Amino acid sequence: MDFSTYQTEGFYDELFDENNHPRSGADLLIQKIKSLDRESLLTKQQAAETMLLQLGITFAVYGNEEGAEKIFPFDVLPRIVDGSEWTQIEAGLKQRIFALNAFIEDIYNKRQILQDRILPEELVLSSKTYRQECVGFSPPHKIWCHVTGTDLIRDRDGKFYVLEDNLRCPSGVSYVLENRQVLKRTFPQVFEASKVRAVDDYPNRLLETLEYLAPQNVSSPRIGVLTPGIYNSAYFEHSYLARQMGVELVEGQDLVVHNGFVHMRTTKGLQRIDVLYRRLDDDFIDPLTFRPDSMLGVPGLMDAYKKGRIAMANAPGTGIADDKVIYAYVPEIIKYYTGEEPILPNVPTYICSDPEDRSYVLDNLDKLVVKAANESGGYGMLIGPHATREERARFAVLIQENPRNYMAQPTIALSRAPTIADGAIVGRHVDLRPYILYGKDIHVLPGGLTRVALRKGSLVVNSSQGGGSKDTWVVDGPQ
Amino acid sequence: MLSRVANSVYWMCRYIERAENVARFISVNLNLLLDLPLEEGHQWQPLIAITGDREQFDQKYASCTQEHVIKFLTFDKDYPNSIISCLQSARENARSVQEIISSEMWEQLNRFYIEVKEAENSGFAQNEPHKFFQMIKMRGHMFTGLLYSTMSHGEAWHFARMGLMLERADKISRILDVKYFMLLPSAEYVGAPYDNIQWAAVLKSVSGHDMYRKRFHRITPTQVVEFLLLDSEFPRSIRHCLSKALSSLRKISGSLQGTSRNRAEKILGRLQADLDYTDIEEVLGFGLHEYLDSLQARLNLVAEEISSIFFRPVPVETELSAQQ
Repeated sequence: MDFSTYQTEGFYDELFDENNHPRSGADLLIQKIKSLDRESLLTKQQAAETMLLQLGITFAVYGNEEGAEKIFPFDVLPRIVDGSEWTQIEAGLKQRIFALNAFIEDIYNKRQILQDRILPEELVLSSKTYRQECVGFSPPHKIWCHVTGTDLIRDRDGKFYVLEDNLRCPSGVSYVLENRQVLKRTFPQVFEASKVRAVDDYPNRLLETLEYLAPQNVSSPRIGVLTPGIYNSAYFEHSYLARQMGVELVEGQDLVVHNGFVHMRTTKGLQRIDVLYRRLDDDFIDPLTFRPDSMLGVPGLMDAYKKGRIAMANAPGTGIADDKVIYAYVPEIIKYYTGEEPILPNVPTYICSDPEDRSYVLDNLDKLVVKAANESGGYGMLIGPHATREERARFAVLIQENPRNYMAQPTIALSRAPTIADGAIVGRHVDLRPYILYGKDIHVLPGGLTRVALRKGSLVVNSSQGGGSKDTWVVDGPQ
Repeated sequence: MLSRVANSVYWMCRYIERAENVARFISVNLNLLLDLPLEEGHQWQPLIAITGDREQFDQKYASCTQEHVIKFLTFDKDYPNSIISCLQSARENARSVQEIISSEMWEQLNRFYIEVKEAENSGFAQNEPHKFFQMIKMRGHMFTGLLYSTMSHGEAWHFARMGLMLERADKISRILDVKYFMLLPSAEYVGAPYDNIQWAAVLKSVSGHDMYRKRFHRITPTQVVEFLLLDSEFPRSIRHCLSKALSSLRKISGSLQGTSRNRAEKILGRLQADLDYTDIEEVLGFGLHEYLDSLQARLNLVAEEISSIFFRPVPVETELSAQQ
């Protein structure tokens, strides 16, 4: 299939430069695709989708009476990141996660950053994700955010920016692992010759990260993945990770606090559990501490946790660092804790609680993207240029009513990647979510989840809003 | 293993077996319709009696016609023991233990559920009930076959088989109870062709006609009861089912031969011994209905014990009350 009609249309393209030449690392793949006719490429796409369905890589669709599962739409053309460029991203992510972790530890303990007035105390303490219950507490090894998924985007200039930090329960890594299984079989020769960095050891590394947290006196810790249950849209991932690590998949109802320790209810009676990789938000983990109406959590869990009798990843309280308004201060946070300049820049951000920024935002709603501080999955968001007059008016009211809860950013011309749509190869906007593990050291999974907005012109890549995914290849050769 | 997982596997199998048995009840009647003159064949009321849910039926349906009874027992989503409700519950249980069962079992169950749903909408069930209920029985057989041949026979499997066997024993006892009650009073039929036809229909409904013929040749009510209650080899005799359930229970608790570790084992073991060392004359002398009634009550006790030993281990007082 040839690319003669493929147009980058003035956007940064992940596989082609502005002269329509393949970028470094993408040669082999482009050659391969050129050598295939349209039918064989579409057959490969079809075969990949079938494989995903058979592997059971599905997500539950809400409001569907059948409880039917669908596959997360998948595009067979990988996104390629050159190894040398990746080295920069990796360094930037390690720096950022190190600083954010230090920030969380500081906020819940000494609060030096607030005393030094790097960011307003009021802003931190008013965050919905600030947890009073964690004040004075330090988790094992002072690590709070063990698993992070950081959203990166590229602007027209080709530079990577951090769009969002996800430090609570970032999902999607199972798609990275499964997409890779599928693509290895789709383009075996290109894959091998491109020297793609492996992602397969992620479950192992995650397990090591979790084992590292276990209380010192426990020699072979018992570990579980805590899931909200089968109706959660990420249930597949919870079950997948538990299987890959060979640990228990537990729900809140399976756990009980007895004599101060957390136990699983088993057919042989109660058994102690030492580490939880919890995929439940803070709000739900313990009805005695947080939301009393939560049916998903474990009464008494926080008490056992604060006494060091069970470890949790991520630690409750990490959400303070992915508040979308505090995000604006992350470059300052990085400088404060590392003494270095940030390697990965933020997207310029206007903070609506700042009067000057606010009036700029209100005057320019048609040019900006507005986000609520604590929403995710593309909810609570206004994309100014694509919104109706009514939607903009509604957000103007929301911002004025509760300025603390909003921030705005210029609309970024997200980079694009060649994608199969309606039987042709066309440019579609993408972002990138690498996954970072923080245990004995900080490890960045090479590549990550490339999400693609499958609708023409769309900038929203969330799976709940018509997004799909691609495999991401970090390639080291041949040059 | 986790109590919740054991519970789900156990109930998944009970629900599938329950759905299959409802199809079997209905097919007894469908068989009779083919073989008997009209008025004798039109006995749909006993099917509702078997379920013990007469009240619920009466609230919604005016009379015990074939159409109403089949609709209630097969497709009524408000009735928790209808085929469609059972399959839905089985599927929900299976979904939460997908990492424990084989993917073949999950796919089979999924297809089973979807097929039954589609059969209502397409009119297949109404237009060709024989084929439809035959299909349900075959789907049930296929699931059981996959359970035996694609899942490791470890602890989870024993919970699955125990659920299956307890449910099957219970349902056979109900078929026997109602049919015996219904057929015997018509004393003038005894020895007449109709009588044989009716008992043959009972045997067919539990897929036992051929095996019965090999053992007893002629059909008599007493021997049919003996076969379905006391035969040691036929896989749908109550005695056979309970011996398998007991052996799974013993594997789960890890009891040695001749010992028992919990009340569930004691009750089930004693029930099993009763069946091993009784004979049909003794049962009939006691009264079949009374015998089956007490058997069902003991099976309920076993199920309650299993649930409290394995599925709800150690009621734990909360941290707060422990400190006070």
